[in-house]
Amino acid sequence: MKKTLMATLVGAAMMTGSGTMFAQGAGKGADKGKAAGGISGGVVKIGVITDMSGLYADLGGEGSVTAARMAAEEFGNRVAGVAIEVVGADHQNKPDVGANKIREWYDTQNVDMVSDALNSAVGIALAKISAEKNKLAMISGAATSRLTNEDCNANTIHYGYDTYALANISGNAIVKAGGKSWFFLTSDYALGHSLENDTGGWVKRAGGEVKGAVRHPLNASDFSSFLLQAQASKAQVVGLANAGGDTINSVKAAVEFGLTKNQTLAGLLVFITDIHSLGLQNTQGMYLTDGWYWDLNEDTRKFGKRFFERMKKMPSMIHAGTYSATLQYLKAVQATNSDDPKVIRAYLSKTKMNDMFHKNAWLREDGRVIRDMYLMQVKKPSESKYPWDYYHVRATVPGEQAFQPLAQSKCSLIKK
Amino acid sequence: MKRSYLGFIALAVLGLLAPYTGAYPIFLMKALCFALFACAFNLLLGFTGLLSFGHAAFFGSAGYVLGHSMKVWGWSPEAGLLIATAASGVLGVLIGGLAIRRQGIYFAMITLALAQMIYFFCIQAPFTGAEDGLQGVPRGVLFGVFDLSDDMSMYYLVLAIFLLGFMLIDRTVHSPFGQVLKAIRENEARALSLGYEVDRYKLLAFVLSAALSGLAGATKTLVLGFETLTDVNWPLSGEVVLMTLIGGIGTLFGPVVGAFLIITLQNELADKVGSWVQVILGAIFVLCVLAFRRGIVGELSARFGSRKNA
Repeated sequence: MKKTLMATLVGAAMMTGSGTMFAQGAGKGADKGKAAGGISGGVVKIGVITDMSGLYADLGGEGSVTAARMAAEEFGNRVAGVAIEVVGADHQNKPDVGANKIREWYDTQNVDMVSDALNSAVGIALAKISAEKNKLAMISGAATSRLTNEDCNANTIHYGYDTYALANISGNAIVKAGGKSWFFLTSDYALGHSLENDTGGWVKRAGGEVKGAVRHPLNASDFSSFLLQAQASKAQVVGLANAGGDTINSVKAAVEFGLTKNQTLAGLLVFITDIHSLGLQNTQGMYLTDGWYWDLNEDTRKFGKRFFERMKKMPSMIHAGTYSATLQYLKAVQATNSDDPKVIRAYLSKTKMNDMFHKNAWLREDGRVIRDMYLMQVKKPSESKYPWDYYHVRATVPGEQAFQPLAQSKCSLIKK
Repeated sequence: MKRSYLGFIALAVLGLLAPYTGAYPIFLMKALCFALFACAFNLLLGFTGLLSFGHAAFFGSAGYVLGHSMKVWGWSPEAGLLIATAASGVLGVLIGGLAIRRQGIYFAMITLALAQMIYFFCIQAPFTGAEDGLQGVPRGVLFGVFDLSDDMSMYYLVLAIFLLGFMLIDRTVHSPFGQVLKAIRENEARALSLGYEVDRYKLLAFVLSAALSGLAGATKTLVLGFETLTDVNWPLSGEVVLMTLIGGIGTLFGPVVGAFLIITLQNELADKVGSWVQVILGAIFVLCVLAFRRGIVGELSARFGSRKNA
């Protein structure tokens, strides 16, 4: 009998563990009602799903949640007569944790829009769930251009940047800036291959030359032989078609080998947080593509300062993008007095978006926000006058040239 | 024998009632999948004494097989589940066949190495979508009758799969075959000297565990609609050890409790403590190893005087 008791005890423990916690959520979902106009549930709720504990925690993480809150505060935390709430969650780089959280937000907690999604698998999962539940995804974190191709849908807006634009601008603009001959250091898996192929294609189309490529295993620890080949190629630009830890290690090794004395590095997937952690000594002269920089103009500096006061670091493109996505969403809610994703999307595609993140940006029918992108070059330590003074803006690429032309998109929403 | 039967019924009733307590069904389904995964793993670790460090390979590749067969070939969910379970069983024969030739740490290392090969295969293979994941897997219609896009029908299918898997493990453990497995766990040389073909028993247990892990992984893919690299990578192999250890190695209900605890924590802490999730899980692990080594269920049954569940 004791064993039965045990089993029941164990089961009861499981139930209270999971049951009680969700009972609160379900309760909130139950009091749905049209409080004001067309706002469902009497609250405008924004979810930020991001990486708070992994590799990209600095790039997005708590900073993204803060950025979304800053946008809500500009509205005094109220819009269209109801309160605005911002919730954040850590997907722990586990897409199933992310998807579970997003579904729960949509089903039981009245969340209307989810932003950030810094991890391409989470990003695509978010897009699919938003379509299924008829909610809105404004993805400012994930870069994969699948979001506006195979996996596009009427409930998803790809906000900040994407892999197509990164490759395009790095290839095109660097050749125009004088980096004619290229060699690629490629991480040997899908992401690395696509960065190499896409960027290489643009280099050739811009009149440059690809002298070769070498593939290194994922999470390699020793880059010496690969860097020697890159040096021997005598190419002007060494493109780093890798990400995360591999990029960090290859940059450090390139400096140790003296490669950067005669050749220029081009980071194909490098963010300001990487420059910050590697330092200007290691990264000086490197080219990279970014969607935003805190020191672009008066508006961006103002936002940067406000953000710095809270987070003790300057905002990244992801932070600024999440802020802007939230702000534009709230503006649309205010103007339409609705939180219906179809209404919001229709409004956004008619309206130019203007804030400190971008000027005259517009929403295309495949869900892509067309906005200016920038080619940056990292400053020398002697050129850096104040903390976080990292970039020279070498080129501003208008959105129409930066992103994939609509004609090439595989998105099913486009009427052909 | 009768007692474990009653325990099983208690578990089934709890499962049937769970969605009506306000618990979120998607969460329950996910937790049940991991619970089955942990139970399958425990069959090997707890009852045969083999520590595999590559079980994510079975869990994840079954997910990919189900996803691909349903999304690209347009198969029905029952066919998808079958082929995915069969595929991880075959993978179990291959990996297990090699690994059981060595004992202890060498066994664990071989399973880890082979599982990482599967991981790198999944990274390179075009059909997995690499870091974007295999996305948009439809739930389909079970036996042409039950529309699984409804969360409740999906839940009862997952519950049925879990209970079936659990019952199979329960039967296995209490069968003469299970007795031999326990004999091998206690003293392999002695079992061999008694005339048992130890390798065959170990291989069969390994394949059974692999196939059930695959069933769990495939079911999870069916529930969430995608499969990604996290499910074939080594941290998941570690996580299932953690679930089993916290719940209680070698107890039938332990892995279920462990899985529910870990999945609940991962899910609940995600929006409450932010970046501290991993630290908290780590602290629990340390606490468990230091303070109650028999795990939650192991400690409870010791405390209440009942002998091992097994």
